[in-house]
Amino acid sequence: MTRSLLPLVIFIVVVIFLGVGLTLNPRQVPSPLVDKPAPVFQLQQLHDNDKVFSSEDNIGKVWMLNVWASWCVACRDEHPLLVELSRLGIVPIFGLNYKDQRDTALQWLKQFGDPYVISIADTDGRVGIDYGVYGVPETYVIDKEGIIRYKHIGPVTVKSLEDKILPLINELKG
Amino acid sequence: MMISSVRFQLIVIVRLCVLALVLLIFCGISLANEAPLVAEDPVLEKRMLNLAENLRCLVCQNESLAGSRAEFANDLRREIREQMQANKSDNEIIEFLVARYGDFVLYDPPMKPTTWLLWFGPFVFFLGGIVSLIFYLKHRRAQVKESPLTEHQRKRIESLMKAANKD
Repeated sequence: MTRSLLPLVIFIVVVIFLGVGLTLNPRQVPSPLVDKPAPVFQLQQLHDNDKVFSSEDNIGKVWMLNVWASWCVACRDEHPLLVELSRLGIVPIFGLNYKDQRDTALQWLKQFGDPYVISIADTDGRVGIDYGVYGVPETYVIDKEGIIRYKHIGPVTVKSLEDKILPLINELKG
Repeated sequence: MMISSVRFQLIVIVRLCVLALVLLIFCGISLANEAPLVAEDPVLEKRMLNLAENLRCLVCQNESLAGSRAEFANDLRREIREQMQANKSDNEIIEFLVARYGDFVLYDPPMKPTTWLLWFGPFVFFLGGIVSLIFYLKHRRAQVKESPLTEHQRKRIESLMKAANKD
């Protein structure tokens, strides 16, 4: 009896492994930067070229860094959510305008709304490399000590906000 | 009827030729567009490509950083080039990339507890296969019992052998 069942059991185990493998998203590569200090940068602000923003200015507050670009189609999906989130005033969102052109980026913000406290222009994508950005949009949650506590790859969704990001932010604000 | 089918075939052939021509032109254009290799320093470029060959492009995950034409790969090649110009060693550059993108950028995964299954898994499966094969063969040998011939069968063989020897 057990002999004849063995192949079936092996088959089911293989199917389970295959099923789990197929539902994993290969695009979601875990970031080694989580729980590490956020890379420090100084960049020109998007709205005002003369002003420089330093990531160290945000030490002492919990903040979100959202990597976006006007050429990024998926950014449009999450944008209304970010606008809503900024309206609620739960957490300051800073925008890293990644490899974009200034005028199209500004136009884009005018069209879709501007949820960012400050937008920073990473024109040549170097800060992006420091943050391990490989698929825009990406969103980082950074705590008061300047440590990256969470990285979200792809558009932020209501579910990811409710399940992960907002509880984490509440906890970090403590 | 005959003529119209010939004409139809002709039209099809002409259309295929036009299509082939269009495709050829497009191929030519895309070939002409291929990553311009700005080899200001051929030695450095070669060293960069050698290194990038073993690194994965995270945007198009089945391509190496050397082979990918994605913007992302372009940026990282620039980064590698610049670090090489700054006299960084290959290992330092790899450390730089792993710190940002994780082990996933490496095509050659490092040996550590989380990758033990990856490294040793195949051998474990292989050994498991051999062990179960040995068990199976032993078990089968035990099942195949030698059954001695009956008196009647033995006599029949003897008579058959004798008949064969006489010929």
